[in-house]
Amino acid sequence: MEIKEPGINPKKYLLVLAITCAVFLTGFLASNYLNDAKINSIQDTENQISLDILSSEAQYQLLEQSSCDIVTGSILTDELNTLADKLSYAESQEGFNSADVKSLKENYSLLEIKDYLLMQQIYQKCNASPTSILYFYSNKGDCPDCTDQGYVLTALRQEYPELRVYAFDYNLGLGAVNTLITLYHIPSVLPALVMNGRVYDGFQNIDQIKAALPALALQATTSSSSSSTNK
Amino acid sequence: MNFSSLLLYTSIFCGLYFQIFLLVTFFKAQQKEKTAGKKAGNKNLTADSKTASLAAAPTVSIVVPCWNESKTVENTLISLLNLEYPKEKLSVLVVDDGSKDETFAVATQAAARLNKQEGLARIEVVTQKNGGKYTALNRGIAIAQQNGTQFIGCLDADSFVDKYALARMIPYFDNPAIMAVTPAMRVHEPKNILQYIQRAEYNVGIFTKRVFGMLNSIYVTPGPFSIFRTSVFKQIGVFKEAHNTEDMEIAFRIQSFGYRIANCHNAFVLTKTPETIPKLHRQRTRWTYGFIKNAIDYRHIFFNKKYGHMGRFVLPAAIVGLILSLAIALDFVYHIGNSVIATIEKISIVGIGMPQFHFSWFFVNTQTTTILAIVLVAITLTIVMFGKYIAEGSMKPSRDMLYFVVFYGFLAPLWLSKAVYNVALSRKTPWR
Repeated sequence: MEIKEPGINPKKYLLVLAITCAVFLTGFLASNYLNDAKINSIQDTENQISLDILSSEAQYQLLEQSSCDIVTGSILTDELNTLADKLSYAESQEGFNSADVKSLKENYSLLEIKDYLLMQQIYQKCNASPTSILYFYSNKGDCPDCTDQGYVLTALRQEYPELRVYAFDYNLGLGAVNTLITLYHIPSVLPALVMNGRVYDGFQNIDQIKAALPALALQATTSSSSSSTNK
Repeated sequence: MNFSSLLLYTSIFCGLYFQIFLLVTFFKAQQKEKTAGKKAGNKNLTADSKTASLAAAPTVSIVVPCWNESKTVENTLISLLNLEYPKEKLSVLVVDDGSKDETFAVATQAAARLNKQEGLARIEVVTQKNGGKYTALNRGIAIAQQNGTQFIGCLDADSFVDKYALARMIPYFDNPAIMAVTPAMRVHEPKNILQYIQRAEYNVGIFTKRVFGMLNSIYVTPGPFSIFRTSVFKQIGVFKEAHNTEDMEIAFRIQSFGYRIANCHNAFVLTKTPETIPKLHRQRTRWTYGFIKNAIDYRHIFFNKKYGHMGRFVLPAAIVGLILSLAIALDFVYHIGNSVIATIEKISIVGIGMPQFHFSWFFVNTQTTTILAIVLVAITLTIVMFGKYIAEGSMKPSRDMLYFVVFYGFLAPLWLSKAVYNVALSRKTPWR
């Protein structure tokens, strides 16, 4: 007894396909909406930082007529760091519009340069030792040590909150960044760090960086002695 | 888009398609049953209403193959004798497959006592030299055929039937094309997390079997209480060794001959499940290995329009699911491995610092794949709940669902990969 099979109704398969596509589209749109909101939040932060830099510049101009004590240069450190984390996250995740991220990264790089220049002026004016690092990296896969260098700089930043790390993507193609590269003769073999005006190419460990930036240790001593005084 | 993303998108799409297909089929069939019920002026024209008119009940023999089941066989027999079915129409054949323990003695004593209680010799116990489960089943089938029984059932000696199960299954045979009916399997008294995971998994099985039954795509007639028309064994032959999955092979063979297998979603049978990961791993490796080998043996069913949904969708989907699950698991292991290596490298460079937690919604993963994976898990939970509803009449969330969603994805790849490895290297997968 051979029984004939009931035929397949292709309509059901098409209906299921339509529902699946609709679910997929909804997921895609929801993801886009949320990622756009994130991009907007980065933009807002950048605008805020831009405003803060303007404020610092105004402060600097006022400084010429007043004391170094009123300069609040460290305010921006946390904001710039948070922004860097967010941009780095957006860059590593799929779903973000890469043109948007690139544009935000360019803005961020410009803000970093402006902040760096301002801080250099403040250091000179106030006779302070610089505690900033220019860090050039590449995420094109041609810099195996960049990840490790990133770990070191993050660890240092956690240890010394006053340390300002300005990270630049070597391949960003932004005029101002290229000028920095030319100005400091940054080699194409990365990572490269600029500390106290001197270029260090290749991976630098925590001790090497501390040796290159003696002001870091000094700051640590100052802050620990002031905190013990406060006690 | 890199390979990992492509794999993830493909897997999620296939997973969503399959699950939505099951749900659409389920709801359409429910709707159809309701409409048919209204037309017939009967609100409950579902399988419930098909409970046998026991006056004209056909003769049924239940074969209980045993190997070292001395602890459970007596309760299995008691559950069979408690079936709501005319006494004189139901007989039980215990076939001891050369057990090394006291199974034969325990079964013989229990049979004598129960037969005496009933006042009817309904249980027969035989023993044979160990030859494998399929030989024990075939011995029982031969005896049942000699006795002229109309239907033959199988019941593993570690399982217990609900008393209405048989009466609900027999009416399906009113359709002459149906050669076998499968039950709804539930987990017997789960005690640990692993068994709770299996309880949710079995509830998913109840749902999928119901849908596969509607699509005539059932490819396993489980050892715990599948019922066969006796004539089918004459037409297609008896059980074979079949890579230690004789219950799967016979289903493939029935389908291959163009006959039908139905599922009775409210014929409940409770079965004991493995209580440790190694035992579960061995059982599932055997099942998966058996599925792959039987699928290879019956490859002519694949994409063959003669076999309807089973050939064109259900079996290919099962194979695609197997491949994608393995690929996703390998990809996951690769990423976890990379992450562990990166962490070790970081610690070797900067030491173990205090981790700093700054929660910000910005860092919550909002990728399309993450959102779709959440949808996939939500649909899986819905299916578990529908399965629970069919099995227990309640959709109330329970801890087994949580365990299933959290842990199953980590467990299944273990036996999937082992089974594929065994198939690839032609290594036999033993029972125990």
